[in-house]
Order: sequence, then C-alpha cells, then structure tokens
Amino acid sequence: MPFFEAVRLALAQIRVQKLKSFFTLLGVMIGVMFLIAVVSIVQGMGNYVEDAFAGKFLGVNTFNVRRFPDFNMGDVTEAEWRAWQRRPLVTVEDAMAIRDALPAGTRWAIEDARWLAAQSPYVASGPQALVQAVTPEYFAIKNLVVTQGRAFNEQEDRLGAPVVVIGTEVAEHFFPALDPIGKELRIGGLPFRVIGVLEKQGTVFGVPLDRQVLGPFHSALHRFTGARRGLYGVVVQAPSAEAMPEVQATVRELMRRRHKLRPAQDDDFVLESSESALTTWASIKRYLVLAGIFLPAIGLVVGAMVIMNIMLVAVAERTREIGIRKSLGARRRDIMAQFLVEASTLSTFGAAIGIGLGIGLSKLVAAVSPLPASVATWSIGVAVLLGAGVGIVAGIYPAGRASRLDPVVALRAD
Amino acid sequence: MTADAHELAGLSTTGERQAVIGATGAAPGKDWVIVTRGIRRDYDMGGEVVHALRGVDLAVRRNEYVAIMGPSGSGKSTLMNIIGCLDTPTAGEYWLNGVLVSAMKDDELARVRNREIGFVFQTFNLLPRATALHNVELPLVYAGVPAAERKRRAIEALERVQLADRMDHRPNELSGGQRQRVAIARALINNPAILLADEPTGNLDSQTSEEIMRVFEGLANSGQTVIMVTHEPDIAAHARRVVVLRDGRISSDERRDAFVSKLAATI
Repeated sequence: MPFFEAVRLALAQIRVQKLKSFFTLLGVMIGVMFLIAVVSIVQGMGNYVEDAFAGKFLGVNTFNVRRFPDFNMGDVTEAEWRAWQRRPLVTVEDAMAIRDALPAGTRWAIEDARWLAAQSPYVASGPQALVQAVTPEYFAIKNLVVTQGRAFNEQEDRLGAPVVVIGTEVAEHFFPALDPIGKELRIGGLPFRVIGVLEKQGTVFGVPLDRQVLGPFHSALHRFTGARRGLYGVVVQAPSAEAMPEVQATVRELMRRRHKLRPAQDDDFVLESSESALTTWASIKRYLVLAGIFLPAIGLVVGAMVIMNIMLVAVAERTREIGIRKSLGARRRDIMAQFLVEASTLSTFGAAIGIGLGIGLSKLVAAVSPLPASVATWSIGVAVLLGAGVGIVAGIYPAGRASRLDPVVALRAD
Repeated sequence: MTADAHELAGLSTTGERQAVIGATGAAPGKDWVIVTRGIRRDYDMGGEVVHALRGVDLAVRRNEYVAIMGPSGSGKSTLMNIIGCLDTPTAGEYWLNGVLVSAMKDDELARVRNREIGFVFQTFNLLPRATALHNVELPLVYAGVPAAERKRRAIEALERVQLADRMDHRPNELSGGQRQRVAIARALINNPAILLADEPTGNLDSQTSEEIMRVFEGLANSGQTVIMVTHEPDIAAHARRVVVLRDGRISSDERRDAFVSKLAATI
C-alpha cells in the first residue's frame, strides 16, 4: 500500500464525513491548541518579563535595597511574611550612607511612593496618582524621558522645591487641552508646579506608569509618601553588568554593619535586582510549563481514544475491503500500514487545525492582555509530531486487528 | 479420443492424474498447475468438528478449464478457498505451480495469491470507492510495481475486456456485466497461473452470463488455466472438465461431453 494512497484515502474520508471527522479530531485539536497557546503565552510572558518588566520596572544593571522583596509572586509563607514585618526599616540615613559608600560612576536614588489624590485648578478630582518622592538621578536610572519641559535638578531637590514631573495620563486628566507646564497641581492640599511631562509608557504588569507624579524627595512630598515610616527603597545602578556583584557586595556589607548583624545571621534586608525577579519568574514558568504539558496531554489522550474507536469502527465497516485486499495479495504489514497511515493522517490533520486554533488563541491573548504572546516555531514541529504519533499509537490496535483478519471470513462480511 | 486429442482439449488422462496424485511428497512436473493429495479440512464449530473436506485428490494440468460442482455443503467453497490460498488444509498436500503451498505461512500465501491466482467472485468484490482503473491496478500495488507501469498495464487489461472507456468509473456506475469484466481484468493483470472463479455468473442475468462465459471461453482458448466453482449445470457445461464434489469428496471427474450427455439424460 503506497503511502500517498493511504493519505489520500484518509483525506477523502475526512471530506465525506466532515462532522464525524470533526468530533473524531476534537481531542487532538484541543490538545494541540493548548500546547501551542500555552507555549506561546509562556514564551510571551518570558519575553515580557525579561524585556519590559526587568528593563522598565527595575532598570538595567540596577538593584533596589528594600526591607523585603517586592516581587514575590507566590511561595511566601505566613511565617516568612511575619518575619519580614519585624525587620528594621530602610531609612533616609541608610540611603545617605549607601550614597557615601558607593564607588564612582555608580548612580543612586531614593524612591518612595504612594497612591494619592490630586487636584488642579481646572479639575477638582480624579483617579489617584502614583506619587513618587525621588532624588534626581532616578530619571537617569529608570531611563525616564521628559518630552515636555524638564526634570528637576540636584539643587531643587536639596532646597525641597515644590515642583513635579507628571505622566501623560495625569497631564491629560488634570490639564485637559492645556499646556500643563507652569500650572499648579495640588497634592495633599499643597501646591506643586508642573515642570515636565514624561513620555508615554503604557501599563507594565498592571501598573499604569502614565499615572505617575514625580517630585523631589526633599520637598513636602516625602511626608505624604510616608518616608518616616521607612523608605520604599534605595535604587542603585552599577556602571556595568560586571560591576554589579562588587557594588552589591559593598552595599550588603554596609547594610549588615548598620544593622549590626553577626556573620552567622541572615540579611534582614534584600538587594532586589532584575535577576532576582527573573528567578521568581523561572519558578512561575515551571508551573506554567507543567500546565502546558498537562492540558495538551489530556486532550491528546482523549483524542487517541476517540481515534482508536473510530478506527475500530472503520475496520469493522471495511472488513470486506480488507478481505478483497488480502485476496489480491496484501500482506499483514500492508493492511497494518494502510490503517496506521490513515489514523495518523486523521490526527495530523486534527493537529494542523489545532495549530491554527492555537496560534489564533495566542494572538487573541496578545490582543486582549498586555502579554506579547509569541508562537514558538519548535512548538509547531512538536505539535505535528505529536499529531502523527497519537495517530500511530491510537491506530496500532485497530490496524493490528485488521491485519489479522482471516481473508475467508473477511470476504464473507457484508 | 487419443492422448494427443486430450492434450489439445487441455485435458489429461485419468491414468496420468492417478500417477501424479499417487507420488506423495514428490513435486509434480511443470505441466501440473494444481495437485492436491488427500486434502482434508476440519472446522471446529464450538467443540463439534465438521469435516468439510474428507480427502480430495485433484490434479489439473496447465491450460485446463475445470468446473467444480456440487450441492451446497459439499465442500466446494472450502476447496476453492484452499486452491485460492485463502485457507490452508488441515491435512494433505497442495502443490501449486510446482510449489508446496499447504505448509505456507500467512505472508507467503499472500504473495502466492498475488502472483499465481486471479480471483473472480460472484459479488465482484471491487472496492466501491475506487475507479475501475484503480481496482485493476490493486494487485500490482501489492506486487510493488511502480505507478506508471501499473497504470499502463491496467489500461491494457481493461482494453482486453473492452472497458478502456470506462476506466474512470466507479463500480456503482457500471452494469453487473461490466463489473465482472473489471474483476476479470484485475484477476489477469499479474498473469496468474490459475484464474479462479467462484460462481462468476451468480449475480448476473442469463444474457450477461453468456457474455461472461464467452470471455472465459476465450481465455481458456488462449491458454489460461481456469477453475470455476458453480452449482449451475449449464454454466459448468462451458468447462471442458467437470469435477463433482459430494460430502467432502470427489464423486465424479469427467470430460465435458460425458457430463453433458449425462445432463441431457437427466432432463
């Protein structure tokens, strides 16, 4: 039985019985669809975490000195959490000590933030803004681009000048159809002068970066952000990736000294880098990949069972055909091959549809969520192989049965 | 009739047949297409053994045109299945074209069916979804003949049965006689040692039956060995030798003339 002939026969079967074929292939289709979609989403999330999240949120070659990790997605026990709450605060004094200890070429900034209400003379209320009291180098570290006006400088920070740089959404909401530069924005009842507008950045991991308001740390802002009850963090940017470990070691050393930790004691603070965020991501990814294997596996097992059933029916229906073929000289392996090729053509066809659906699903996810799902080429190859493999596994039993039919009995069947 | 005349009619003398059957275990000469020695076939029907064949001795020379007759239950279908290598005997020897096939395994038998036997069935047994051309090609597919040559030979075979213009039709688009001619073309495509027909006219009207019988006649005249199983005496009367089975044994084995005169006497 030539290969192409069997393939053609199987495709003809699908064409004649569209609805039946659809149900037959549903399992394989769904399995492959999930495979493609989950792999694409995991891949997309990976890219997102590595590029957007790590780059935008944390900055390049940057680490944050914090009381406890900010990016702890899952895996935190109640006891751990309570232990974190007992840790000493990261204070302004700590920040200053860090600044004094850093080697040349290293950037440094205090970061303190809180969601607060704001008003302008034009608009009395609105959604809360993410108010950040920061020191000037924060702009350079986070690669923030001021498209209109300017950022505040060292001197303005030292003097505690009441000035702010705002995100595009804040600008649009509080200064509709107006140039916000030089206008007044009230935070906590105190007036601040808008001196700059940030470039549009969009939303990263649910944080609307365009709703930021950035002001000098030493202005009145730090009272509203609650700096006295500890800083959100101190941001340190090493001059290069190679310098990172050394800078981190310096800061760790300093903090341990300030907290009077003995050598045997663990750190009671955390140096959070994009690397540590990526470690968290890797552990999440493990679960996602497991789901990405498990869901398709269910679909494929169900699919295999349905195909096996359908092939058994096909063998029963075509007993006479098998008898005829045997009478004309078909050997067991010829009959076996025919039904195996037929089964795997069926399931590969299902897999092809599943690949289409999976790509569609990941595009849909990309469209409605911030995840830039990207279809992995290898997953398509795996899907095709799985499709053919499922067919062969599901086809072995029915095909074996067909091949062992007694030609005399088979020829007598109706 | 002299021995030469028998030869011309594609017949062999009783004595010769006795001799070749008697030489148990020895391969028959090249002339003998079929030699069976004491063929038995038992079926186990739920604990009860049914003896379908109780020792059949049959020798058929090349170019013979033999009808196998018998009432239902006489074992003629079983004998046909064994001669056609679809089934193997419980005991006895079966030599086909000088090869002992009674001891062969499944896949070897498939090869013998492919090369040595052309089947023509009562119900035609064409693949319903395949065209006439494809049906005729099938034995060549299993013989491993390349596609182009397959097609050429299948067209030639269809031309021989005057169906070249119908090669793209499916069986349900053909008349009964045309279907049987397609089946004959398929049976002959591999130049088999024997053409084995099982009630070839059983599903045809009398006029079409005559037409098919003329095709068989022509094949026999051109040197093809033909074995035909039938229960209709007038169809059997087309053969040159008639073997009658009864209760799993050969009850008579005669030349057509003897059979026809007996047939006339009974009417």
